[in-house]
Amino acid sequence: MTTYYSKDHEWISVDGDVATIGITAYAQEQLGDVVYVELPEAGKALSQGDEAAVVESVKAASEVYAPIDGEVVEANDALTDEPAKVNEDPEGAAWFMKLKVGDAGQLSDLMDEAAYKAYVETL
Amino acid sequence: MAEPVAETDLKQTPLHDLHVELGARMVPFAGYAMPVQYKAGIMAEHQQTRTKAGLFDVSHMGQAFLIGPDHETTARALEALTPSNFVELGLGRQRYTVLLNDEGGIIDDLMVTRSVSEEDDGRLMLVVNASRKDVDYAHFRARLPENVRLEVVEDRALIAVQGPEAVAAVAAHAPKAAELAFMAASSMEFDGIDCHIARAGYTGEDGVEMSVPAGAAEAIARALLADDRVEPIGLGARDSLRLEAGLCLYGHDIDEMTSPVEGAITFCMQKRRREEGGFPGAERIQRELAEGPGRVRVGLRLDGKAPAREGAEIALVDGPVIGTVTSGGFAPTVGAPIAMGYVPAEHAAVGTALELVVRGRRLPATVANMPFVPNRYYRKPKA
Repeated sequence: MTTYYSKDHEWISVDGDVATIGITAYAQEQLGDVVYVELPEAGKALSQGDEAAVVESVKAASEVYAPIDGEVVEANDALTDEPAKVNEDPEGAAWFMKLKVGDAGQLSDLMDEAAYKAYVETL
Repeated sequence: MAEPVAETDLKQTPLHDLHVELGARMVPFAGYAMPVQYKAGIMAEHQQTRTKAGLFDVSHMGQAFLIGPDHETTARALEALTPSNFVELGLGRQRYTVLLNDEGGIIDDLMVTRSVSEEDDGRLMLVVNASRKDVDYAHFRARLPENVRLEVVEDRALIAVQGPEAVAAVAAHAPKAAELAFMAASSMEFDGIDCHIARAGYTGEDGVEMSVPAGAAEAIARALLADDRVEPIGLGARDSLRLEAGLCLYGHDIDEMTSPVEGAITFCMQKRRREEGGFPGAERIQRELAEGPGRVRVGLRLDGKAPAREGAEIALVDGPVIGTVTSGGFAPTVGAPIAMGYVPAEHAAVGTALELVVRGRRLPATVANMPFVPNRYYRKPKA
């Protein structure tokens, strides 16, 4: 299983042809207290860069973009009832969705953990 | 995710270094670098203010005096620009008002305090919104009579302390603060420093706003923060607190197009002024008072969990768009999303079912009473 990161602060963990997507610890820190998460329906086809989900903190709404093409196979509905999980465990239990990978080649557009850490340092 | 904004050329308040030391996230607001939140986060800061006490730096707001030869003259000058009664405002009493343009639209909302001592009566202290300082001051200078002048205060900070324990925390350093009635103000010493303290605020809680010498602001803030009951609170929680209290944010809920009747803040208009008129836009405002306004600001409660924010459309159930949300978000004390916005008067009754359009989806909402959280302003016990 390999984890990649986007400049929009999403992480994507790929296991075979299924990718799990969420937002990074840095992203939740920037957002502050998450009060609402809007997730896509299973079966929805997403293209790289599409708005895949919305995460709302007390102060603002932010979009979560699809880091690669793919079809939504599962959304983490637990976040609907407990949005604060995004603050507690953003890179674990608070994953947003699982995608069936559409184009694995797009993963090369993303960063590995070291490159993402270096990127965050520049912000 | 939000892009960082260049923070060059931003003004700093006298508490800037303290905010940074306390781990605040600083953001640009009305030309100032201001703390949007501290380490605790907006939710915790909001609850802190509702349950104990929060300290807010509101030094970006404008402090000024209107100075005339006597109270009557200064009060009449301000009455010519606002729909409130200042002639009969008592010594050391404070009143909320609005500056009106000639069409009855709101140039700004502000707090006005009459001097507490007879010696310098004829002075009215103003606290105006940071974003409207320049507009307000230009308006006063253009409209004031020759014997009343505007004096802008540049060397004082403004610190609000709000919450059920706020006055006790302040009174530990300024005992006279505990004797103030709601919407009353007085000069007093805070640890030996001359301050002007008003029992007022913008959170719906009991508390004070303290005008203090800029050079002493940090020492005063540190003295208050050393009290276990007090924590620093940023603009994020200030916004969620005032939203729950049903209070307007200038430039969002009220502006130059909205009248005080449409804005549902007619409590700033006392009986004599409503009847006599004699303020800018009186024709429109008196007509709206008599016949009801065409549209009015209402509170909205959402049924679900998704917040509706400023700019969301307000629609009839399965029907057309009838208005716009002017403020909205998750309300920590209510535990649900709330909003305020303008709707035609015929759809403004409490309990009316409406829909708020968010990202193309229609969210069910209901017109609700404001404040959303009961206010807990101080009432002096009856003797």
